[in-house]
Amino acid sequence: MLRPTVGGERSVAAEGATLRELIENVNQRHPGFAGQLLETTGKQRPFVNIYVNDEDVRYLKGLDTAVEAADVISILPAVAGG
Amino acid sequence: MSSTNGTANGTTNGAVKGTALTLDQARRYARHIILPEVGPMGQRQLLAAKVLLIGAGGLGSPAALYLAAAGVGRIGIVDYDTVDLSNLHRQIIHGHHNIGVAKVDSVRERLHDVNPDVDVVTFNEPITSENAFDIIRDFDIVVNGSDNFPTRYLVNDACYLLKKPLVDGTLFRFEGRANVFLPGKGCYRCLFPAPPPPGAVPSCAEAGVLGAMCGVIGTIQAVETVKLILNLGDPLVNRLMLFDSLSMEFREVKIPRDPNCPLCGDNPTIHELIDYEAFCGAPVTTLG
Repeated sequence: MLRPTVGGERSVAAEGATLRELIENVNQRHPGFAGQLLETTGKQRPFVNIYVNDEDVRYLKGLDTAVEAADVISILPAVAGG
Repeated sequence: MSSTNGTANGTTNGAVKGTALTLDQARRYARHIILPEVGPMGQRQLLAAKVLLIGAGGLGSPAALYLAAAGVGRIGIVDYDTVDLSNLHRQIIHGHHNIGVAKVDSVRERLHDVNPDVDVVTFNEPITSENAFDIIRDFDIVVNGSDNFPTRYLVNDACYLLKKPLVDGTLFRFEGRANVFLPGKGCYRCLFPAPPPPGAVPSCAEAGVLGAMCGVIGTIQAVETVKLILNLGDPLVNRLMLFDSLSMEFREVKIPRDPNCPLCGDNPTIHELIDYEAFCGAPVTTLG
């Protein structure tokens, strides 16, 4: 669902010390990416989950969650297909 | 509520816990019974179990087939759609000769052939805020194979308010997800606090789905349901299983219970079912 915004890639590398910086970093190379994850207010959309490794960042520090070099960030939009 | 085949208060063909297995049942379920974790008592538990499937589509098809084959005594099916040619690449419970037939009738026909022990209860109607409690109340476990957000939030809320385990599954293109919500241990609203606006997330009809993905996720839902009935192993509680068929990878992420959840949190504000079409800003289409 998000892949078209990053040129169809399954994963992309990014730089930053927090989740927010990572998103901004990807968005610089792929404009429109951040808008898929964030409201116009900058708040995380409630139907798009973001995980640092296997932890939902809503239960960490949200977009201010610190990230390290080896961390894997997963983005899971809600889907309803059955 | 109307039921086209018996009622959720009907009998279960004598398959109650404590009743001895017949010779035919001992043969049919021999590969279950020989498992020490199942045994004759476990098989009787399966025969006494009542499982409701929301949707007789991609996920509901394999789940229903395996639960029936496993000897789950009563299987309820909620769906108001008819079988269409475009269903048959993934909804394996239906056949070509069922095109145009109500899906619940197609399911009943097939399950009776798979296992005549099973009491199939059909609900050929949409599940709504008005009938959800009546439909769900008499079942032990609910398996969600719906394909729209209003039904997902409705079933989640109804299951939580009735204290019923919910075995969830979703599909999107080449990927699938599955997990189990147990009352008091988080719910769908803890996972996704609010639905996407209409049109923001394409449906399977719009985005497509690899047919065999339904088999993977629906079968995992059947496995989790059997585990819950038999109290076996570690169910997918507080963890979301993710399957990517293109990379052939399974992985998990955590689903904590949200103490601020409006449904299952410490200070809930939702105490009854709401208008889910208004909540999601979209009408219910079909269920599976």
